[in-house]
Amino acid sequence: MDILQIGIVIVVLLLLVKPAGSYIYHVFSNESNWTDRMFGPVEKFFYAVIGLRKRSGMSWKTYALSMMATNVVLVAVSYAVLRWMGGLPANPNGTGNMEASLSFNTVISFMTNTNLQHYSGESGMSYLGQMIVITMMMFTSAASGLAVAIAFMRGITRRGDGLGNFFEDFVKAHVRVFLPLALIVTLVLVGLKVPQTLEPTVTVNTLGGAVQHIAMGPVASLESIKHLGTNGGGFFGANSSHPFENPSPLTNVIEILSMWTISAALPYTFGRFANNRKQGWILFSAMMVLFLAFLSLTYVSEKSGNPLINQLGIDASQGSMEGKEVRFGVAQSALFTAVTTAATTGSVNNMHDTLTPLGGLAPLAQMMLNVVFGGKGVGLVNMLMYAILGVFICGLMVGRTPEFLGNKIESREMKLIAVAILAHPLIILAPTAISFLTHLGTDALSNPLYHGLSQSLYEFASSAANNGSGFEGLGDNTVFWNVSTGLVMLLGRYVSIIALLAVAGSLSRKKPVPESIGTFRTDTKLFAGILVGTVLLIGALTFLPVLVLGPIAEFLTM
Amino acid sequence: MKTTAEFEKMPHGSIWLLALRSSLLFIVVCGLAYPLASTGLAQLLFPHQANGSMIKDGAGRTVGSELIGQTFADPSFFQGRISSIDNNGAGSGSNNYAPSNPELLKRVQASIARWEKENPQVPVDKLPADLVTNSGSGLDPHISPAAAKAQIPRIGALRHLPEERLKELVEQFTEGRDLGVFGEKRVNVLKLNLALKELGTGRE
Repeated sequence: MDILQIGIVIVVLLLLVKPAGSYIYHVFSNESNWTDRMFGPVEKFFYAVIGLRKRSGMSWKTYALSMMATNVVLVAVSYAVLRWMGGLPANPNGTGNMEASLSFNTVISFMTNTNLQHYSGESGMSYLGQMIVITMMMFTSAASGLAVAIAFMRGITRRGDGLGNFFEDFVKAHVRVFLPLALIVTLVLVGLKVPQTLEPTVTVNTLGGAVQHIAMGPVASLESIKHLGTNGGGFFGANSSHPFENPSPLTNVIEILSMWTISAALPYTFGRFANNRKQGWILFSAMMVLFLAFLSLTYVSEKSGNPLINQLGIDASQGSMEGKEVRFGVAQSALFTAVTTAATTGSVNNMHDTLTPLGGLAPLAQMMLNVVFGGKGVGLVNMLMYAILGVFICGLMVGRTPEFLGNKIESREMKLIAVAILAHPLIILAPTAISFLTHLGTDALSNPLYHGLSQSLYEFASSAANNGSGFEGLGDNTVFWNVSTGLVMLLGRYVSIIALLAVAGSLSRKKPVPESIGTFRTDTKLFAGILVGTVLLIGALTFLPVLVLGPIAEFLTM
Repeated sequence: MKTTAEFEKMPHGSIWLLALRSSLLFIVVCGLAYPLASTGLAQLLFPHQANGSMIKDGAGRTVGSELIGQTFADPSFFQGRISSIDNNGAGSGSNNYAPSNPELLKRVQASIARWEKENPQVPVDKLPADLVTNSGSGLDPHISPAAAKAQIPRIGALRHLPEERLKELVEQFTEGRDLGVFGEKRVNVLKLNLALKELGTGRE
């Protein structure tokens, strides 16, 4: 039954990839199409409000600046709201203002689509904060990421006018993708018992005679965009394991598909832009192969349970249930874990800190590779970088000038790609090492020995990959952790985005190379294999030592 | 294909102005209009679910939410999952013990010892894992059907009720997998205990 229910979800995803990918292509191809009739009037109104008269194409620098400027304004406004929310309206539970370093961490976290949460939603965030900062940034960060991914696709496939116009893409991402989907998913979730109210916490006398305060609020509207925008974070501290955020296995499946579909459809969208659908499917299958390997690792490891508990003689047939919910069991928990760290959502329906060592290694590894589907566009763009790297390595081996999609790959692109690929391990490994040099770092660890290392490593891997899940025993609401992870999230998001837009800008200006008999084809199964190999090779070279010290050592000593 | 020089030069000032105006627009649309419209529609279409799926006892008193677990200290009630936060509905979470953490092992051993004391009729190898492990949310409202059945001998003895009657009750409150495949079979502890209370004790 476990394999069947996981299989059904994967099959449904496969069926959704083509329609979703085509839809996104139609939205952003800027050719007139059927989506115009439905959304055109709203968009015209929005363009007028913004003051966007001419929607002309931008150079990569203008595109990057426009995205950065919008993100800076959103960060500034949100920071102000968090610092003063105690005195602002829509605060029925009397939540106070947020402290400075925590506010810094929170706004960076949500703007960078990481959604690492060092506050607890029940006590640390007013309803106004949940709506105007958290929910709002879940939309705008996802729209920013999607816009960049689309611009990158336009750049390397030379379709359209330069990279496009950021503000136009930003508006379209909201109006044609995220807002309508979020509204539908919200209502479905409410129907399936996720609360959506502005009333304050309810107090009841329980059957057992105790007093229970039950926190709720506008949960569903946050929950839907949290997954659709691969955001993460949660209305409540326990995130999507909380019964109000994720009341049943059915909502669990809906949330999994919400976060997975758009990310998984983007390779197909890319295939449409490249006028080579097969290329899209090849990229998709490389991602899927990696995904299935990591999912299997988590599932098998969790199902076998914790050997230390199993030997106490209890009925251990359920697998490792520490940190998991009965309604999800091992199958729905393992699937959620694999998808949330692949799509870099970072919401959790079970506590990742309590996963068995190898069960926890899989999510960690997916965030380190950061190419298995990935968040809004980031995963696809990273995968394309590895594709270019793969072409480059093959080119060197056979002594040809490497080409990708008719673009000659030269030293400028390779330098930028090297920056983007090497920045990721650097901002994970260096801060992890630093956190062990000072008691400011080590004091936060809640578990001894090898698992302590995994906790710090996971926190920075999650920040760098803009994932946002955590080994949550970590006592991370301190100035050290707020500031260090804040900086890692900033670098993790914007360094790669700017490098990638630069690559796209540079490729879009080159003369296309006509395909010849000597061209190394990138839309073949062979290339999918090369791609998976390149990703694993680079990943293993950079991360294997630290994985041996953390989860693998924990596994071997249990 | 245009080169950089051919793109219209946008002055930086106008980019920042566009950025400011689009930010304010989407703060209003996504941060206010969307959640408020969602709340309005949700309250209109699904008022019970939108307000936390609260449940009442036989006397019409609201005793909690069907989705939020409660603590039952009295051993004559069915017990739920372990909650490090004592089912505090205004908080959530767990202590996040790593599988190798010695504290986890100590806690599980203590739970097993308590089980042996309270349930002498049921051997430890019939004790399912979900009763000795902390849920993820600390608020898990469910236990597995096996976990409910393992508690029947204890409750039957304390309440002087025939085990057959309790078994029927557990089966009545066992929820299947969603759509027949998704998730696990489960028993809602609060609903089950409400029904158990209605049943009274065998001595009355």
